[in-house]
Amino acid sequence: MSPAILLVLALGLGLAGWLAARARAWTFRRDSANGRIAALPVYHAWYVALWIVVPVLLFVGLWSVIAPQLISQSVLASPAASDLPAFGFQRDAILSEARSVASGSAKAVFNEAANGLVEPYRAAISRYNLIGVLATLIIAFLAGAWAFLRIKPDFTARTRVEKAVMTILLLASLVAILTTLGIVVSLVFETIRFFGMVSPLDFLFGTQWGPDPMSNPNSPDGSRYGAIPLFWGTIYIGAVIAMIVAIPLGLMSAIYLTQYANPTLRKWIKPALEVLAGVPTVVYGYFAALTVAPAIRDAAFAVGITNASSESALAAGLVMGVMIIPFVSSMADDSIAAVPQAMRDGSLAMGATTSETIRKVLVPAALPGIVAGVMLAVSRAIGETMIVVMAAGAAANLTGNPLEAMTTVTFQIVAMLTGEGSFDHPATLSAFALGFVLFMVTLGLNFIALRVVKRFREAYE
Amino acid sequence: MSDRLAPTRTAEFEARLKKRYAAERRFKMAGLGAILFSVGVLAFLLVTMGFNGIGGFQRAEMNVPIDFTQAGLSGDPAVLAQPDAVQTLEAQGLPSIVDFYAEQKLGAEGAAHISASAWRLVADRIIDDPAILRGTATFSLPASAKLAAGLNGEGSPEMRALATSLAQQGKLETKLDLGFLERADATDPQQVGIWGALKGSMLTMIVTLLMAFPIGVMAALYLEEYAAKNRWTDLIEVSINNLAAVPSIIFGLLGLAVFLWIFPNMRSAPLIGGMTLALMTMPVIVISGRNAIKAVPPSIRDGALAVGASPVQVVFHHVLPLALPGILTGTIIGMARALGETAPLLMIGMRAFVATPPQDFTSPATVLPVQIFLWSDEIDRGFVERTSAAIIVLLVFLLLMNGLAIYLRNRFEKKW
Amino acid sequence: MVTVVHPNLEDTNAKMSARDVSVFYGDKKAIDDVSIDIPTKYVTAFIGPSGCGKSTFLRTLNRMNDTIPSARVEGEITLDGEDIYRSKMDVVQLRARVGMVFQKPNPFPKSIYDNVAYGPKIHGLVGSKSEIDEVVEKSLRRAGLWMEVKDRLEDSGTALSGGQQQRLCIARAIAVDPEVILMDEPCSALDPIATAKIEELIDELSGRYAIVIVTHSMQQAARVSQRTAFFHLGKMVEYGRTSDIFTNPLEKRTQDYITGRYG
Ligand SMILES: Nc1ncnc2c1ncn2[C@@H]1O[C@H](COP(=O)(O)OP(=O)(O)OP(=O)(O)O)[C@@H](O)[C@H]1O
Ligand SMILES: [Mg+2]
Repeated sequence: MSPAILLVLALGLGLAGWLAARARAWTFRRDSANGRIAALPVYHAWYVALWIVVPVLLFVGLWSVIAPQLISQSVLASPAASDLPAFGFQRDAILSEARSVASGSAKAVFNEAANGLVEPYRAAISRYNLIGVLATLIIAFLAGAWAFLRIKPDFTARTRVEKAVMTILLLASLVAILTTLGIVVSLVFETIRFFGMVSPLDFLFGTQWGPDPMSNPNSPDGSRYGAIPLFWGTIYIGAVIAMIVAIPLGLMSAIYLTQYANPTLRKWIKPALEVLAGVPTVVYGYFAALTVAPAIRDAAFAVGITNASSESALAAGLVMGVMIIPFVSSMADDSIAAVPQAMRDGSLAMGATTSETIRKVLVPAALPGIVAGVMLAVSRAIGETMIVVMAAGAAANLTGNPLEAMTTVTFQIVAMLTGEGSFDHPATLSAFALGFVLFMVTLGLNFIALRVVKRFREAYE
Repeated sequence: MSDRLAPTRTAEFEARLKKRYAAERRFKMAGLGAILFSVGVLAFLLVTMGFNGIGGFQRAEMNVPIDFTQAGLSGDPAVLAQPDAVQTLEAQGLPSIVDFYAEQKLGAEGAAHISASAWRLVADRIIDDPAILRGTATFSLPASAKLAAGLNGEGSPEMRALATSLAQQGKLETKLDLGFLERADATDPQQVGIWGALKGSMLTMIVTLLMAFPIGVMAALYLEEYAAKNRWTDLIEVSINNLAAVPSIIFGLLGLAVFLWIFPNMRSAPLIGGMTLALMTMPVIVISGRNAIKAVPPSIRDGALAVGASPVQVVFHHVLPLALPGILTGTIIGMARALGETAPLLMIGMRAFVATPPQDFTSPATVLPVQIFLWSDEIDRGFVERTSAAIIVLLVFLLLMNGLAIYLRNRFEKKW
Repeated sequence: MVTVVHPNLEDTNAKMSARDVSVFYGDKKAIDDVSIDIPTKYVTAFIGPSGCGKSTFLRTLNRMNDTIPSARVEGEITLDGEDIYRSKMDVVQLRARVGMVFQKPNPFPKSIYDNVAYGPKIHGLVGSKSEIDEVVEKSLRRAGLWMEVKDRLEDSGTALSGGQQQRLCIARAIAVDPEVILMDEPCSALDPIATAKIEELIDELSGRYAIVIVTHSMQQAARVSQRTAFFHLGKMVEYGRTSDIFTNPLEKRTQDYITGRYG
């Protein structure tokens, strides 16, 4: 919990600085000839508070990363650590157990070997906690004093504070870029490592998928890393079956809601669709696995198909389609609403019926928006994880039979990263390569779709 | 010319008209059908979960009276106040005492199907109230998972027969199990609870909120109020729009590769989970925040600028307070989405079996949706109802959050 | 106050007539007790200050008000003697017979050809491709647009200039061979040259159809119409031959309006 304590400490110090600076600025104001100074006292207060809080926060952030490392180093240097196993899981488990006992989150050790390490840990933790608190105090004091000395009656505190605020706002908006960058860099980095072990050609064009996380990591069998069945499963479930359900139902719902439904019905149905959209995917997955998949299998048996499996692409795809309906519906709703009323009036005034107006004028006019919405829906469906994890199955089948189990990119990412394999094994790393492909495809779809939507909106503005 | 009947007044026209109206009706019915289907699926889903879930809040229990005066447990309150009181009671032979009285009451066959850890419940009661050691107390102890299944009409024929006979003698019954809301994960479906996951979810959400909300609001303010139209701004905007649509599992990969690399000791910690979800939630907050800020009419800004307020003052004194309800609505919706998110948390290891509720932000935890996923994978039939019950808990929270968002939106929706 | 109808109005063949028509938006009365006969083969102009209900009244004539949920019509409006608000009246057929051109040109985002062919196609008035071609050409010719667009029929209707778009909308309206054409300020979005073309067009069409035009321009009313009705605050104040209304208004308010004393 020590970073939390430091955080509270930082804010407390900031408050102290704030109060002190405001008091001082008030005295300037009292002493000045006309009762005016270059900035309101509150800006002086903020100036000092920022000078205290920002450096301290930076330090706390840094400290919470390096302190645990310093602590384990010093524990490992202690004599009690000499009889630890040299490598591996055992060693980590013992260390982490000793750590949790020492920090108070566990009561007693499970593993006797950890007992001896509790004391060194406790000592190291309290030592570094003390160092952390002292350093925080020193930094706060130095920065605060420097800022405090700078405030004068003619000090333009407001412009300084405002500049700082602007900088903070800018930094906040850069987090988005950093996140994108973080995603790209981490995916690319691990993907390159993966392609160092398995040829990209094997990966992108091979038709057999079956990495063995227990095999020798140094001589992977490239022919077991063919991702085509995964791509096929992803497209078949997400872009074919799910869309066959979601597009007509979503579009028709939107049309009914915007063009036919009376306001009362609309008032009730819209939130209902929002609820449908808000149901977590794990619930849909459970529904698919528990209810839909067995029903499909039973239905298949009933019509004489005996080889239907209990996990099927159809179950996952259908449920995913239902999940996407509200999304397609709201995108279509927006697009149709963006078509000017004049179009509708023009058509009705010619004697077209409502449905003729919708089919021949409104939908064609809204088509770019609807298509973009469908693209976004596809991008959602192929990135959807829980439904396929729970209902689609693990078998990498390259088949067109919707009653068979199929696996998807997202399923395999989960499978590879939650298995037993070590982090350096190509099977584990393949998850990042799959993630990279998924990221690029969804990025492309989103990018195009958002542009289409933007152009479409502008066309009718 | 005027004698010729206009084409729109001929009999053929009217015949065609009939067909057109039929098509109109069909189209309208199709639309209504689509809506009814969607709402019907929703209703079916909720009813299925609710129906199964009710069973999840109950469990099969057997009443066992224990006469402590005969049991020979030392009831020293000082000893029982120690943290290791449970172990002490175990050493004093509490498990066999419980077994003995169970056999007395239920017969050998029945006693074999008291949940193996039932004595812990007795121990907890004793520690809570050592006074009961001075007399006879009756405990309602959970049956084993097999017997519970038998009572549900599932499982092996022997178990069903046993369960039926015990139930007929009034020894075995299904009772409301509010402890489900207080316990954490376990291997026995009779012993599991949701509190561990719920607490994990809460801790995770706190981290998410503390990170995503300030950053999201500040980014929205910057982009909407100050950003110059240039390539950097475009880049930020494109990033945000794309992040909002990137599959959640990708954020999990990011968390795994970056956060767990920086904090290697914090696998499955709410802190890491919260940070990962914060990155996912932030774009949602930025986008809704920008829309709320955009909706504040320019006249208000002009008015404030005209009395000499600086741009920063305009935003913090005037624009932000007016936009806040809209921003909050978006935030709640984003948080609700984060609360239901599973895949990214699987990536950062929050799928571990965690039998005690997390103590703080850095101890191993699981969250509600992951708990649901883990239980759904269990083979034991007893978990089916527990899973649905957990889903009910999750949905209740989501409904509350969405309800709040809708309320806020209706309450503060302003037409300028 | 009742409408003043000029005595020497010898219209016998009224195409449409309204009797005691009132229109409400919710509780608000927008048209108050209007009665009028609209003759065939003439152009009738509705003039009056903004907000007096001209558009509202015009829209009641082909029941476009049905698309506004709060709107309600009282009184009787007949087309060739049949009440258009009776329950058996078919709106689709009515609107096919009473066409409408809007203030802002609103071509569909389709090709010029498809815009004109739209009405004949949905009403099933044409069968073969050559028939459609024929209707499209005829309508575009009558709308005076054929020469300008005959080589670019596949271009989008929205790619035309404003004046061309409006003529396209007129072509679209006459393609179904309506009996009445309603025009709501058809020239207000156009420049003088385009306006002149539309006025010319109205003049040509007036021999075939009953045309009703709403306009804010006195000159336009005087140029294109044979009958003029002056509306004020939801009431029809005065109705008569255009020449009479402009040279010899019987009502003070009419006189004030056409001489520009208020508006
Ligand atoms: N959809 C509507 N709902 C409620 N009131 C309306 C609606 N449309 C028009 N009104 C009201 O009805 C009255 C008449 O409006 P209308 O559009 O018919 O006037 P107008 O004579 O066409 O004016 P202008 O010359 O400006 O076009 C106005 O007071 C207007 O506010
Ligand atoms: Mg008008």
